[in-house]
Amino acid sequence: MAQFVFEADLHGLLKLDTPIPNAPPARWQRKAKESGAPGPSPAAGMSPMKPANRSHSSSKTPSRTPGKSGSKIQSTPTKAGGDRYIPNRSTMQMEMANFLLTKENDPAEESPTKKEQQKAWAVNLNGFDIEETKILRLSGKPQNAPEGYQNNLKVLYSQKMTPGSSRKNGRYIPSMPDRILDAPEIRNDYYLNLIDWSSQNFLAVALDNSVYLWNHTSGEIIQLLQMEHPDDYVSSVSWIKEGNYLAVGTSNAEVQLWDIQQQKRLRNMTSHSSRVGSLSWNSYILSSGARTGHIHHHDVRVAEHHVATLAGHTQEVCGLKWSLDGRYLASGGNDNLVNIWPCTQGDSGDFAPVQTFTQHQGAVKAVAWCPWQSNVLATGGGTSDRHIRIWNVCSGTCLSAVDAHSQVCSILWSTNYKEFISGHGFAQNQLVIWKYPTMAKVTELRGHTARVLNLTMSPDGATVASAAADETLRLWRCFEMDPIKKKEKEKANSAKSSIIHQGIR
Amino acid sequence: MAKQLGQDQQGITLRGSAEIVAEFFSYGINSILYQRGIYPPETFTRVQKYGLTLLVTTDPELKNYLNNVVEQMKEWLYKCIVQRLVVVISSIENNEVLERWQFDIECDKTAKDESAPREKSQKAIQDEIRSVIRQITATVTFLPLLESACAFDLLIYTDKDLAVPEKWEESGPQFIANSEEVRLRSFTTTIHKVNSMVAYKKDSFP
Repeated sequence: MAQFVFEADLHGLLKLDTPIPNAPPARWQRKAKESGAPGPSPAAGMSPMKPANRSHSSSKTPSRTPGKSGSKIQSTPTKAGGDRYIPNRSTMQMEMANFLLTKENDPAEESPTKKEQQKAWAVNLNGFDIEETKILRLSGKPQNAPEGYQNNLKVLYSQKMTPGSSRKNGRYIPSMPDRILDAPEIRNDYYLNLIDWSSQNFLAVALDNSVYLWNHTSGEIIQLLQMEHPDDYVSSVSWIKEGNYLAVGTSNAEVQLWDIQQQKRLRNMTSHSSRVGSLSWNSYILSSGARTGHIHHHDVRVAEHHVATLAGHTQEVCGLKWSLDGRYLASGGNDNLVNIWPCTQGDSGDFAPVQTFTQHQGAVKAVAWCPWQSNVLATGGGTSDRHIRIWNVCSGTCLSAVDAHSQVCSILWSTNYKEFISGHGFAQNQLVIWKYPTMAKVTELRGHTARVLNLTMSPDGATVASAAADETLRLWRCFEMDPIKKKEKEKANSAKSSIIHQGIR
Repeated sequence: MAKQLGQDQQGITLRGSAEIVAEFFSYGINSILYQRGIYPPETFTRVQKYGLTLLVTTDPELKNYLNNVVEQMKEWLYKCIVQRLVVVISSIENNEVLERWQFDIECDKTAKDESAPREKSQKAIQDEIRSVIRQITATVTFLPLLESACAFDLLIYTDKDLAVPEKWEESGPQFIANSEEVRLRSFTTTIHKVNSMVAYKKDSFP
């Protein structure tokens, strides 16, 4: 019996004529507020006006129904329960609707030229014909680099002073240069070799279109030459072993030979077709490397100086060094190759490299032979590579490789301490001394404010001169022999020779 | 060695050309990933190819992904229906496209009908490929630094009526808004010609 009372109550409630005050907003009202759309939501289907189909108690709370019923009574009374959508007349765009309904069905005729033009624009903007192609992408992207992996190029190229761990040096290496010389107008070109130190203690420096000689002992400066044409410049300098002749390579493909004592030009050898960026002497043979990638051998004693051509590089030859015994010529180029050439021609009469090393990923300008170990060569790569590699040229193996974190412009070996020094560029423009063969860093010499371009060593092996793009030459006294040790060495040398003599007997 | 000589004399067939180009893409993409630092350099190993020392990835997932693409490329190259391969490098955080490496492929459709192989020595093609790869390596000197962590995407432009194989989906071109473009060298096998170029976001200098 109770349910009938309940039903009666409900019916009583349903008969209300006015909306119940303080009732919670009906669902449809709430929805209208949210979406701002005219017309009630389909929740109207839940109208309590359908008592026959539903059981009230199961789906709704009693408090809701009155609100709903109240609102229902507000709107037009319907029996079915579905609401009619009454649009708001004032918001309708009557004119627009009329136009759309009455206008012609086909779109405005496009003239053929217009179509062509549109197509041309599309091709231009997109780079391809959209109608003809589609772009596909393989889904399932590969795993990204692990978290915490920072693109190391950023670390590399924004490197500031790395906190140096204090290394126990066996000796004291002064961190300041001995001397700083001014080198105005020096060309900031990675591929040139602009300084060389003679056995007579003259430092030759090429500053744009002139060559100056600096006497280390007296400190005086002589201007040796100046190019005739103002647009030409000196691209390389190299002293002959005895120190009385200087070979000069120029941007107009000439190789000039100068006598220092008389300060006169002895020869002007033309055989190249592009600038000569590298030179190297082997007693009377002068080898020159050019921008075309060709290396020419010149016999400076004879009139027909051009005696051989070595074609092993496809881009500028920037590193060129004869080994100390004169058996091999090492060349490094902008094509990332290192070629080792023999001193004699092969069977076919052509020069072919006995070794070619492709491991460097950048231009190889730094090329240096080890003075105390035969057939050992050190090479350094440019910006894209930054590695220093040590090779055995007989076997062709890379003995060791070390990442120098910076472009390598030059390498010099030091017999005094069994070390080698390398010159670098961005970001610290430092010179690094490495111990061989452990490849441990002995020290770093800082001071240059722009990238180091070239290194050369004094005849006594104690001082290294570095030329940099900051228009200075710095002389570093880093391989100075202890006087006591020096004497010991000299004794050892003399003893050695006597042993050899005994051996021969 | 003898086999190589034989190949030289045989000339280039359509299938051979497709293989050469697909192989180039494989090594080229690996080089780009290494040089731009998308993945840690320790995950790359050196191999000898084209007379150069190239770096390829050792990560198995990445290798798998690249192999799928390369195999598919080979098929499409053989059918001459692929027009372009694009490597898109975008920043992970905001999905902004920072670099776009575009390789346009021009295919000589008459080669499909010919049965005789074309004359071009393997060595000449290798030399050309070598200079392109070396150029890719050298671009690191002028491309702007990729500051944030980046991810890469491979897009292939194909003919409209190609049936999209499973695992592949359609995509937009992903252009760079304000870009600087550099054209690199191209190489040709006489059947396929590949033009390369790189577009990068212009640095907004203060």
